[in-house]
Amino acid sequence: MMAISLHDAPFNPWALITQHQDTHLAPGSYGATASFVGTMRDFNEGQSVTTLFLEHYPGMTEKQLHLIQDEAVKKWEVLDVFIAHRIGEVSIAEPIVVTAVWAPHRAAAFEANRFLMEALKTRAPFWKKETHANKSRWVDQNTPG
Amino acid sequence: MTITVKFFASLRESLNMSQIELESDGPLSVRQVWMSATHNAPFAPNTLCAINHEHANIEQQAVNGDEVAFFPPVTGG
Repeated sequence: MMAISLHDAPFNPWALITQHQDTHLAPGSYGATASFVGTMRDFNEGQSVTTLFLEHYPGMTEKQLHLIQDEAVKKWEVLDVFIAHRIGEVSIAEPIVVTAVWAPHRAAAFEANRFLMEALKTRAPFWKKETHANKSRWVDQNTPG
Repeated sequence: MTITVKFFASLRESLNMSQIELESDGPLSVRQVWMSATHNAPFAPNTLCAINHEHANIEQQAVNGDEVAFFPPVTGG
């Protein structure tokens, strides 16, 4: 069933989705799969970024991601949800987050997947610190989407 | 009673403090925890709080054994 994972090394989001689907979902049970992958850009707010450090709050991060998943399965008719997130040093072009939802129909899959990402961005305790040239700064807020 | 207090990200750096154990004679509001732990440092209005890994507001009570955390707005994803 529902799974979360935190990764301190690069991951292949598509492999994670496929692996979860193959091990948790019965073939023929789902008619719609929605996924989202967030990837590190080389720019933010007009400045070039060279590296990113992702701090998190161990324990609370996992708890909040589980609560978000619980809310999604209560609110929409979905079969399963999946969230993976990077922590630690992240380089340009590496995936940071992946969410996926399996449902009988597409509306629930799309809507629940959007919910997972928006809830993660406001509730899950992760913080980004970017390095520009030789200076680093904490990102003070997420982009509106 | 003992309350564990944690600080994260820019707040941890600006306060130069990641974790302390706070001793108290009784339950404390999250606001009182902040004031005791930081020696009355200014509390930025966008600071987020948690008790035992759940989001909390500043008036909630913390009791013996609780873990209270303070951190800036989250920026994951």
